[in-house]
Amino acid sequence: MKTWIEKQQHLIDFTLASLSRRKAKNLGLLFIYTLLVFVLASVALYTHALRTEAQKVLAGSPEIVLQRLVAGRHDLIPPGYLDKIGRIRGVQKMEGRLWGYYYDSVVKANYTFMAPRNMNIPRGEIIVGPALERSRGIAAGNGISFRSYSGELFTFIVAEVLPQTSELVSADLVLMHEEDFRAFFKYPEDHWTDIAMSVANPQEVRNVAIKLMSTLPDSRPILRDEVLRTYASIFDWREGLMLALLSAAILAFGIFAWEKAAGLSAEEKREIGILKAIGWETGDVIKMKFWEGLLISLLAFLLGYVAAYLHVFHMNAILFEPVLKGWAVLYPRFALPPHIDGLQIATLFFFTVFPYTAAVLVPIWRAATTDPDTVMRS
Amino acid sequence: MRPAHLALIVFACACGGFVLTFVDAARLRADSTAGSAEMSALVARLGLTDPVLFTEARYTRHPTQADLQSAFQDHPVALEHFPTGSLVPPPAGILKAYENLDRKTAAPD
Repeated sequence: MKTWIEKQQHLIDFTLASLSRRKAKNLGLLFIYTLLVFVLASVALYTHALRTEAQKVLAGSPEIVLQRLVAGRHDLIPPGYLDKIGRIRGVQKMEGRLWGYYYDSVVKANYTFMAPRNMNIPRGEIIVGPALERSRGIAAGNGISFRSYSGELFTFIVAEVLPQTSELVSADLVLMHEEDFRAFFKYPEDHWTDIAMSVANPQEVRNVAIKLMSTLPDSRPILRDEVLRTYASIFDWREGLMLALLSAAILAFGIFAWEKAAGLSAEEKREIGILKAIGWETGDVIKMKFWEGLLISLLAFLLGYVAAYLHVFHMNAILFEPVLKGWAVLYPRFALPPHIDGLQIATLFFFTVFPYTAAVLVPIWRAATTDPDTVMRS
Repeated sequence: MRPAHLALIVFACACGGFVLTFVDAARLRADSTAGSAEMSALVARLGLTDPVLFTEARYTRHPTQADLQSAFQDHPVALEHFPTGSLVPPPAGILKAYENLDRKTAAPD
């Protein structure tokens, strides 16, 4: 064993000496290789963490949200719908929700106004999300005016600002009393934006949705499962979009690496010829080149991955944030908790380290099995 | 020091960095537990259905609650989330009428 280790050490010594003879070319390759792993790992780490966090947070969203559609567009829920739903077996709890959008021309941003029924907000007061606090420069106790869609000016006192830790789901929220909401949007009495409901038996959610559609044919039930799947596909799509944009760079690197690994330079051929002439065995030459491929690709993988981790979780993915998160005037500031998918990292390892190491061996095997004299003369 | 030993040290450091990312991830996850719980509680309390990622239009603010998806819902050159807008241009006549409005409007989107 000790002899084997000693032999490998000598091979590595020789490999490093050989690599240092073409220092600029090999350092350039290592840099580009590391950069490629960094980009791919950043995209993978970021989208996986965002997807996991969204799934975790939205696991508490309503089991079913029922909307009413008129001519294919979302419309208000008229009186009587809640009674009809109450008669459907399996519906445990239901609640009419009031929410809508408000465009603030001061900062050119959209807010989500909401009248939560289980929060005690006094009339004339509002609770705002942290992004709104930032964009309008307001704090608890300040007054703020909004011009409603009917042209009337409404002034509210900010009672509270929602905690910064909840910014991912609350950045643009403006919570207010139900009567303030109805007065602001001129919402008709007993009408709701939609209905949120929970089902007694989670196995029956789909059956309850079918019953809802037959009882109220103009309704559209949205299941929590569909909400979660929507977000999974949105982030998959964004990840795919980013990778599609990068595909040209990946292909260019592939050609560069293949050319470097598979095509031997005259100098390298002469080196192999000399090694064979002074008594190296074919196996030793292949082992030396194996170490060369492994050292470069493994180091590129480790450096690229660690840099990607620091970039995503300690520098908020500044390079890819706009593409992966989306763009908006009001944007939440949040730090993603790192969720690392081992399989994803293993796949990245496999596709970055193995092909290069394997590609190095093929031409070396071909050259190393040829007569030294022919190799040196070619 | 022989080059093989130097390579071993470099690889040990890189492998150490790799392992440390998992340790650091576990630490950051533990630190964010309280914030995540607070966020989940708010979602359950208010019945929220979407994270605040894209607030520029209603079908991007609440992709799960929007009308059954159709492109150009707000106006033909609105920034939109669906790929249709980047692949299919809106009709030229409509675009002409809306382009100025898009750049200058202060009215609700």
